[in-house]
Amino acid sequence: MPVLEQQSDLLQQFSRGDVDAFEALFRLHQSEVYRWILRIVRDPAAAEDLTVETFWRIHRAHARFDPARSFGAWARRIASNAALDYLRSTRQESELPDDLPQPSQPDPAISQELRRKTAYAFSRLPPKLKIAATLALIEEQPYQEIADALGVSAGAVKLRVFRALRILRKTLKQQGVEP
Amino acid sequence: MKEPDHKPDERLEHLLKQSLPPTGTRPQAALDRDLWPAMLHRMERQSFAIPWFDWALLAALAVCLAAFPRAIPVLLYHL
Repeated sequence: MPVLEQQSDLLQQFSRGDVDAFEALFRLHQSEVYRWILRIVRDPAAAEDLTVETFWRIHRAHARFDPARSFGAWARRIASNAALDYLRSTRQESELPDDLPQPSQPDPAISQELRRKTAYAFSRLPPKLKIAATLALIEEQPYQEIADALGVSAGAVKLRVFRALRILRKTLKQQGVEP
Repeated sequence: MKEPDHKPDERLEHLLKQSLPPTGTRPQAALDRDLWPAMLHRMERQSFAIPWFDWALLAALAVCLAAFPRAIPVLLYHL
């Protein structure tokens, strides 16, 4: 049987609630969903939990899935919502990080203290702005891809990134940093 | 209305990338274990959970029976 036909059958079976089809889709897409969530939440343990949470939401919503559409895009949208819920729930808990991951090419002109202040200011951004800025500026994902995952237009993503930068600059200025 | 300037601030972007490096450069960027057992565990746990509206129905029935105890034999007759 051709691969595309096989995939189509799998999606049909999944939408009817077949657990074996769900398992097959889980195994096919778990790595991709994990990587997408990790880009947003930046914590491997949380990304694993949120991958399971995403697929749990997918499992519950199987009847609403249209087999003619892309499963990967649908999963990414649900994953983004799960990650957004996580960022909302952990926003007040964020503290000044003690150890930051080292960049692959560290800039000697940027001190550890400046990096910590920037990371902290970034962690305090409103979750919707933070997701857009993380994916666009740090992870360098295409605006249209981010827009599809967040369920908004590419223009809305650009506006969120612009607002995130404005808030970030203001917060850093309050801490005596002139970016 | 003045259009916002979407051109990102290069200095701030550079500072951001130095402070929060892309996840692709980190060792745990790829999933190193199968999450299906965790998924199965989650599905089993949820299948035993009783939905909140079932508890609400039970509570409503208990209140009704407490308020109208004479209805108990009628209810038992119809069960």
